[in-house]
Amino acid sequence: MAAPISAADVLNTSDERRVGAGHLTSLTLRIRRYDPERSADPWWDEFAIKTDPYERLVEALHEVKWHHDGTLTFRRSCAHGICGSDAMVINGRNALACKVLVKDVAPTVTIEPIRGLPVLKDLIVDMEPFFDGYRSVLPFLVNDDPEPERERVQSPEDRARYDDTTKCILCAACTTSCPIFWADGSYVGPAAIVNAHRFIFDSRDRAPRERLGILSERSGVFRCRTTFNCTEACPRGIEVTKAIQEVKRAVLFDRP
Amino acid sequence: MTITHTYDAVIVGAGGAGLRAAIEASGRVKTAVISKLYPTRSHTGAAQGGVCAALGNVEEDSPEWHTFDTVKGGDYLVDQPAAQILCEEAVDSIYELERWGLPFNRTPDGLIDQRRFGGHTANHGERPVRRACYAADRTGHMILQTLYQQCVKRDVRFFNEFYCLDLLTTDDGRTAGVVAYELATGELHVFRANAVLFATGGYGRMFRVSSNAHALTGDGLSVVWRRGLPLEDMEFFQFHPTGLYRLGVLLSEGARGEGAVLRNRDGERFMERYAPTIKDLAPRDVVSRAIYQEIKEGRGIGPRGDGVYLDLTHLDPAILEQKLPDITEFARVYLQVEPKEEPVPIQPTAHYAMGGIPTDVHARVVTGPDERIVPGLYAAGECACVSVHGANRLGTNSLLDIVVFGRRGGQDMAAHAAEADLPDVPADATSRTRELLDRILARRDGDNVADIRAELQDAMFDLAFVVRSEESLAKMGEILDGLHDRYERIAIGDHGRIYNTDLMEAVELRFLLDCATALVAAASGRDESRGAHYREDHPLRDDANWMEHSLAYLEPDGSVRLETKPVKTGPYIPMERKY
Repeated sequence: MAAPISAADVLNTSDERRVGAGHLTSLTLRIRRYDPERSADPWWDEFAIKTDPYERLVEALHEVKWHHDGTLTFRRSCAHGICGSDAMVINGRNALACKVLVKDVAPTVTIEPIRGLPVLKDLIVDMEPFFDGYRSVLPFLVNDDPEPERERVQSPEDRARYDDTTKCILCAACTTSCPIFWADGSYVGPAAIVNAHRFIFDSRDRAPRERLGILSERSGVFRCRTTFNCTEACPRGIEVTKAIQEVKRAVLFDRP
Repeated sequence: MTITHTYDAVIVGAGGAGLRAAIEASGRVKTAVISKLYPTRSHTGAAQGGVCAALGNVEEDSPEWHTFDTVKGGDYLVDQPAAQILCEEAVDSIYELERWGLPFNRTPDGLIDQRRFGGHTANHGERPVRRACYAADRTGHMILQTLYQQCVKRDVRFFNEFYCLDLLTTDDGRTAGVVAYELATGELHVFRANAVLFATGGYGRMFRVSSNAHALTGDGLSVVWRRGLPLEDMEFFQFHPTGLYRLGVLLSEGARGEGAVLRNRDGERFMERYAPTIKDLAPRDVVSRAIYQEIKEGRGIGPRGDGVYLDLTHLDPAILEQKLPDITEFARVYLQVEPKEEPVPIQPTAHYAMGGIPTDVHARVVTGPDERIVPGLYAAGECACVSVHGANRLGTNSLLDIVVFGRRGGQDMAAHAAEADLPDVPADATSRTRELLDRILARRDGDNVADIRAELQDAMFDLAFVVRSEESLAKMGEILDGLHDRYERIAIGDHGRIYNTDLMEAVELRFLLDCATALVAAASGRDESRGAHYREDHPLRDDANWMEHSLAYLEPDGSVRLETKPVKTGPYIPMERKY
């Protein structure tokens, strides 16, 4: 049997790691608001709340919505960084509100909608232009070879080649952190390229050239100026800029 | 203003089951998918560990062994013919996902790799078997992405951020369509259709500690329940053993499949006492009860002694990085715990509804003990009850359920829709929905939606969780009566038309209250313990009286009427469930 682990070892020794210990901290949320039914112009609101420092920022937003101002509007669902609903600009940087802890932003946090997409209400933006970019790169496996009876064989090495870009949750944190995308919405943006990469480098796919053709156009991959904002913004830790560079190289050599 | 659309087939919900059905239906008939979330936000994407099929890629396996495990895991409440379909069609369903590009992990030979999972065994319980096909610990994410990609390829018509609030039927009981609320505008839409399939997922948000997304509020179940249809086996709700302490975020059973073990505060690997043969890989109901017992006997951890540890420290760090990267990150981000060096604090978390809208094996909704088909109405996935999970679902079988029965439902609804004439909808199709919304919007002062929801979640967690009794359920019933009364007096803060999520949260609370009401009534009625339903006042399984599914109906006065229907048996005779 392993040496006894006392509860104190993991949960109780230091304040740094106390979970649900019950003590509260003060948090002021400065939130950029917009509601065309109330005003043609955006405005700023401030809300002061008490919350567990280890709570997720999305739950602090819930506290505001549920007990201070029911009109505050944002998207959220899974609340643990998997569904991609709650990308926001948090203290100037793109992040998922459910992957930021209160203790890391207290005592004051500034929250704005992600940039480069039309704001519809408060933190909700129009996602359609973003998904248009995604849909434009043939984001599905193309392979019309005769279907095998079992699975197609793919070596672990070939599988690893595109592993990183399969993690994308389409939250738009990367695309809306990109200064090129802000300036020119016709640029397909990092997320679309990531999803193209996921198929271009999949040994089972038969349409890499079509995708490379799409991405060699004016709206495509060469708009990227390698600012690395996208890589910093990705809540899934995808090396977005690296993936874009790999696609650029593939376009230049006309093969994955 | 009401906007009317006409389709042959309407699918409500865009998680795995809805998307899989859409792939089938859209190629055959005019199809629309209505979803309150963007499809890729659906909670299928949160599933982690794997999807089982007896491919036999790494060791001998058979669909028959898988069927046995599913029936035994479900504590013999499983309808055996349905389980047989699930496990036999599993194999082709996995190959199909692979051919659509799903990036499964691979064996050195390039085949789909497989790993162990709770309750999945070789040769009827002899030893754990490697049956779960997986893509790191984001298998659900990859299934959701792959199915959505196939829908993009097929140009499936989606209505995103539309909330389905009512089901429309003709006087003679045929399905005629649904009413939906468009979040962006506040408009009501009538979707006329020959066939409607509900794939709206679960309702785990009725419990304080839950692995479920905020969106999982039992919408489809409540909508059909309020139209007089029954809900089946609602007392069976799965509590996953390993939720991140206090938060409930799922830590995959795949971790234990890769060798992680549970330990109490003394460091003891306590599952050796509860399940001597397969230990930490016992089914979830067994493990959650074992954790509850450790906590009750004072061997829990944490400030309130209400958790235990999931220990991964002895695993090769490469396994954590390559096969369990997401859960490793969850522990770091949310608990500041490094799983390579320290055990991770966990506690059981509300996870999955075994019960739901009763269906046959073609996903057709059926009502009554004699299973009369409701023409044109379908359900698949977590909101449905086929029943392949019985009293306790085995890990990975939910992802299998959505692809197998999503496909079946999509095929059958398309065939039905192609033959049937479009039913008329009543002239006042939206009146019930409009009345509900207007009632909420009319009040400026009243009870707070979030407070009622929090009281529901706290009480359900304390009184109707891993362990229940006549007393706890009676108390919960009283609390629910009070919450229903207060719901009639709610007021919300947002009275606008566009993106009124405040209004939709209020409606979702009613869905949750309905599902909780059905759950508590069915749990009170079942005076035995079986699978995930454990009654400390009736701790034994009672096969003489309870080889029966429960059916709960909402009566006009708000009370619940219970019926039963017999379990569909098969080759596996109920025996004592030992692991």
